[in-house]
This record gives sequence, C-alpha cells and structure tokens, in this order.
Amino acid sequence: MRNDVHPLGLEVVTVSLEMSGPEVSRPYIEAAAPQHPALVDPTHKMDAMFGVVNVPNVVWIDEHGSIVRPPEPGWPGPRPEGVIERLRAALPVLGRAPDAPAPREGGPVDVLTSGQDRETYADKIRDWVEHGDASQYAMSPEEVISRSQRRGPEVSRAAAHFELATHLWTSGRRALAIRHFKEAHRRQPDNWTYKRQAYSAVGSDRHGGEFGRFMQSPLPGEENDWPFDSDFYSEVATLDAGQYYPNTMP
Amino acid sequence: MILGSLEVSTDDFARATGWTIKPEGACKGDACVPLPRDGGFDVRSCAERLGMALVHDGEAGLWVLGPESLGGRTLMSAEAPELVLDDLDGNEFRLSSLRGQKVLLVAWAPY
Repeated sequence: MRNDVHPLGLEVVTVSLEMSGPEVSRPYIEAAAPQHPALVDPTHKMDAMFGVVNVPNVVWIDEHGSIVRPPEPGWPGPRPEGVIERLRAALPVLGRAPDAPAPREGGPVDVLTSGQDRETYADKIRDWVEHGDASQYAMSPEEVISRSQRRGPEVSRAAAHFELATHLWTSGRRALAIRHFKEAHRRQPDNWTYKRQAYSAVGSDRHGGEFGRFMQSPLPGEENDWPFDSDFYSEVATLDAGQYYPNTMP
Repeated sequence: MILGSLEVSTDDFARATGWTIKPEGACKGDACVPLPRDGGFDVRSCAERLGMALVHDGEAGLWVLGPESLGGRTLMSAEAPELVLDDLDGNEFRLSSLRGQKVLLVAWAPY
C-alpha cells in the first residue's frame, strides 16, 4: 500500500513497541524490506505521547503536522490467510494464571477478527490522501483531542510504572521490573501493549526460540510460577466482539 | 522520565517532557501552567501542577515521572508531538522531518 500512496504525498513510518532491543524487531523489518522509516520504541513513547494502547495502531498526520485521526486499530488490507492459524498450531497448549478472570459467558469469541473493518481501512486512508481535510475520515482538532485516549492521574502513574519496568527489565533487575509491570497493568487495564510486552518478555525469557514471545500465558503445571495476576489468552477470552480492536470508523 | 534524584535541571526536564520552564510557568505549545514562584525549579511541585505521576522505587534507587494528565485526554492539542526514535541501526529520526507530507504512523510489535 505504501508504494501506491507515496507518490501522492503520503509517507509511512512504522514503530516497533519492543523493549528488548532492535534485534527482536530486525527479522520482521528486514523481511518487509521497507522503503519508509522503520523505527524502534523500547520505552513505548507511542503510548505516552500519542495514547497507543494496542497494536497495530495507526495515527494519521497531515502535511502541517496536525493529527487528523488519533491512534486506532488499522491495517493495510485483509488478514493474510493462515498466519494466526500457523502461530496457534506452533504453540503448545497453554494454561491460565491462577487469578485470571473468568471467560465471558457463552464462550470466547475471536476478538482478533472483529471490530475495525480490516478490509476497507486502506480505502479510507486513500480517500484522505486524495481529499485531505475534505475527507469524511479526517477529524477536526477538537474531535482528535476528544477521541484520544483518556488520561487521568492513574494513567500517568501507569506510564511511569511501565517506563520504570522496562528500564529495570533491560538492566537485568527482573523481579523488580515485574512489580512495576503489575502496577502498570493494574492502573491502566485497557492498555494491551503494557500487558503483552510484559507477558511476552517472560514467555521469551522462559521458552526462547521463535515462538517464546507468543507464549503469553503459563504452561500447564507452571501456573503458580507465572508472575502476573492474569495472562493474555485468559484476558481476551473475557471480551466481546469489537472490544479488542474497536471500530472507530463512521 | 527516569530520575536518579529529584535534582533536575529545567533543560533536562524540557528535553524529556516537552514542557519548557518560563517565567509564566511550564509551557508546551499554547498551554502554560503557572508554577510556584518561590525558590528555584522544583520537579515535585511542577509534576503536581501538570498532573504528572512521580513514582519512587527505593530498592532501585530511582524516581520516574509520568506524562502530564491535564484535560483528561492524552492529546492536549492536535499538533503531533515531536517523536524522536532510532531506526534498527541507531540512526535518529524525527517525525517533524516529514512536514509537508501526510504521514501514517503505525505502531506494531513482534509479539
């Protein structure tokens, strides 16, 4: 998509929210061979500065440096077939954190494929590239502000705990880091990047390899050794359709 | 902003937070928040005025300052913050270098 719209005046900048250094992101970036800036964000500045709470999240910025859509889930096109299925097949059966919340009544729904319309999102970007501020998808400054993430003192405190956690984790003080990750999770429970970063760091640390970072829940039999109050797969099992990737488009 | 102590210069504070300390107070863009006038710059009272959490971990020997929480929303203005990050090879990139083009800023993660 970038190559289609770049001649029309749009540049893409990708930002990897990964605290463990650029080498973790490198294989993905080099496989994509991007012609646009591809950056790494080890302390999740995108969360604190723009209000990113999940990935992928996209921010639209006009030629004058004004945001015309605050962070929202977005994709360049339909989900490539088989990617999630191959990942799920590669992972072992995972357990649950002992204190994880109960699944939603009626059983889990596939929240990764509900909410924002993945297939038409790129068309809306193209509409904005063509029509600029006249596009129905470009927001006024007031709407941008009012639709950015809520931030009160607790969210500021969550960001502080998360920044300290990443600093401590990457400097090897992992027990202390986990204490601050948990505080960040408790104070901003709807920030999925705070949770997934922490869960994936533990999964990667324990299991390594290509898939360790996707083991964001404890293995069966190791539940009592899981350091967090919850885990990723248990948490998404509590959600209704559209709660993980909300639909923000008109 | 990670701090080893609460002795913080106004330059370091501005570099890390985007808030410049001026005679009229702490300022970012069009917003200025008055600060106590007595004494020099005090990061604690400034943080309190800006709604920035100040967290201390005695065991780690560190303080950390969260982002401002004024107005109840992450964005106080539609002007894009100046994001400065490195690429894979450590080359610094500034978001403002793309002024004049539309930009799609895409956050992703390898997990």
